[in-house]
Amino acid sequence: MTTHLLVATTLDEALAAMANGARPIAGGTDLVVGARVGKAPLPTELVAIDRLDELDIVGMVPGGSDDPTPLLFVGAMVSHATIMNHPLLAASYSGLADASALVGSPSTRNVGTIGGNVMNASPAMDTGAPLLAMGAMAVLQSVSGSRTVPLAELWTGPGTTSAGPDELCVAILIPRRMGEEGSAYVRLEYRRAMEIAVVGAGAAVTLNDDGTVAKAAVALTAVGPTILALTGLEELLIGTPLDDLSLSAVAMLASEQASPISDLRASDKYRRHTVGVMAKRALEAAGRRAAGETIAIPVNRAEGIGAARNAAAQNGAAK
Amino acid sequence: MSNQETSKSVFLNVNGVSYPVTIDGGRNLLSVLRGEIGLTGTKEGCDDCECGACMVLVDGQPVNSCSYLAAQTQGREITTIEGVAPSPEEMDPLQTNILEAGGVQCGFCTPGMILSARALLERTPHPSEEEVRIGLSGNLCRCTGYARIVEAVQRTAAGAKTATGDTGQ
Ligand SMILES: Cc1cc2nc3c(=O)[nH]c(=O)nc-3n(C[C@H](O)[C@H](O)[C@H](O)COP(=O)(O)OP(=O)(O)OC[C@H]3O[C@@H](n4cnc5c(N)ncnc54)[C@H](O)[C@@H]3O)c2cc1C
Repeated sequence: MTTHLLVATTLDEALAAMANGARPIAGGTDLVVGARVGKAPLPTELVAIDRLDELDIVGMVPGGSDDPTPLLFVGAMVSHATIMNHPLLAASYSGLADASALVGSPSTRNVGTIGGNVMNASPAMDTGAPLLAMGAMAVLQSVSGSRTVPLAELWTGPGTTSAGPDELCVAILIPRRMGEEGSAYVRLEYRRAMEIAVVGAGAAVTLNDDGTVAKAAVALTAVGPTILALTGLEELLIGTPLDDLSLSAVAMLASEQASPISDLRASDKYRRHTVGVMAKRALEAAGRRAAGETIAIPVNRAEGIGAARNAAAQNGAAK
Repeated sequence: MSNQETSKSVFLNVNGVSYPVTIDGGRNLLSVLRGEIGLTGTKEGCDDCECGACMVLVDGQPVNSCSYLAAQTQGREITTIEGVAPSPEEMDPLQTNILEAGGVQCGFCTPGMILSARALLERTPHPSEEEVRIGLSGNLCRCTGYARIVEAVQRTAAGAKTATGDTGQ
């Protein structure tokens, strides 16, 4: 099997190659590793997009005519390492930074991109849940034009998206997070690095002045064919404080709506239970951040969740 | 052998030397470094991004060369373990410290460890133990139990070398 690789130097060149059937490659941490472990052979036509500096940008852009809210633009080539260390993202889009900080190892985070994570469409992807909870969209571009797709409509199943084979994801757009909004992502993991989420949850919360919930969204990782947005949260949360009672109700809701599989790493029952716990912890952390508290990125390490629990307890004891 | 239609002549810049190679677009960097250029210090372990034995730096950042396409590194600066020492007569402090702290047993993980550590120290010149462990979290060692490797990185950061013969205990 041989592969022809075009290293694109302009966006137009990349789009033209894709129109001719080439598959984009960003960091290759899914694509090349997948080929090496025998998931799918490397495509015969590849176009490398890692030289497209215009896709490696983080910034604010104006909203559209229907909704003028400014949007955060995260170029598809932005790496997990850039996301976790970016001051604006860490402060105001913390859930995304939490997720990127958990990915693989320093080299995976250096090479792996947000575009690759989102377009690979694994139900266990870490950035998916916080992005979905924050109402993110993907900007897809081809030689025939560009369109913006909410992530809920992008992911259609494990490893599949509604994007055409000729459409390049150029950026992820996230509606601006106002001062009162907080977000967080947590995952259950058996070890602290080189791990895939057993289950996970992302949450975004806006609080009223009195500390009750004005707006909330939660999405779940690795408990269905795609990242799953929780429904029916409003009835449980709007106007109530984030206390044990409301958080436990959300945990139950998450366990109910999850449809996990059993595999080597966890049974469906265990995933169903623990995803509720993750939903509760993500929501609690998002609420605390919304109230102005600083919780270090990623929440998993700061709060000692999963494999980090013992280490955090030990660090605590040492202090 | 690589196929005529898809193989291309490219230049790879490794340790400051530009090497012409003719490779298929799907060739991984590790196989080109070892098989075409002859730099065998970079090791092949799991061959799918799990173990870190193949770690090199591309533009100063750690990359698992087993799963990175060689052609994607054109025009970038690749550093392998052969490029770490300042001269053939002199070792880099990381190399000296990992030897002196007893952080090398079978040695298979050592090149990858040293490159990950180098990238870490570049970013974080004075890492805490926790930061060292995170920095090396993509590198597996089945011999040492890590403690002495972590210690060697911290000693390097502190600019201190152990006296020869001190096993770090
Ligand atoms: C050791 C290891 C650990 C990992 N740990 C985690 C983890 O903890 N959490 C996690 O979520 N993931 C993890 N991953 C998976 C992977 O690193 C991430 O999904 C990463 O973000 C993929 O980005 P990439 O740039 O490498 O994608 P690539 O492999 O380059 O591409 C992935 C897929 O997306 C397509 N694609 C890429 N960019 C675009 C684009 N702009 N537009 C359209 N299609 C595109 C490609 O054609 C391909 O199908 C891990 C991988 C490894 C090897």
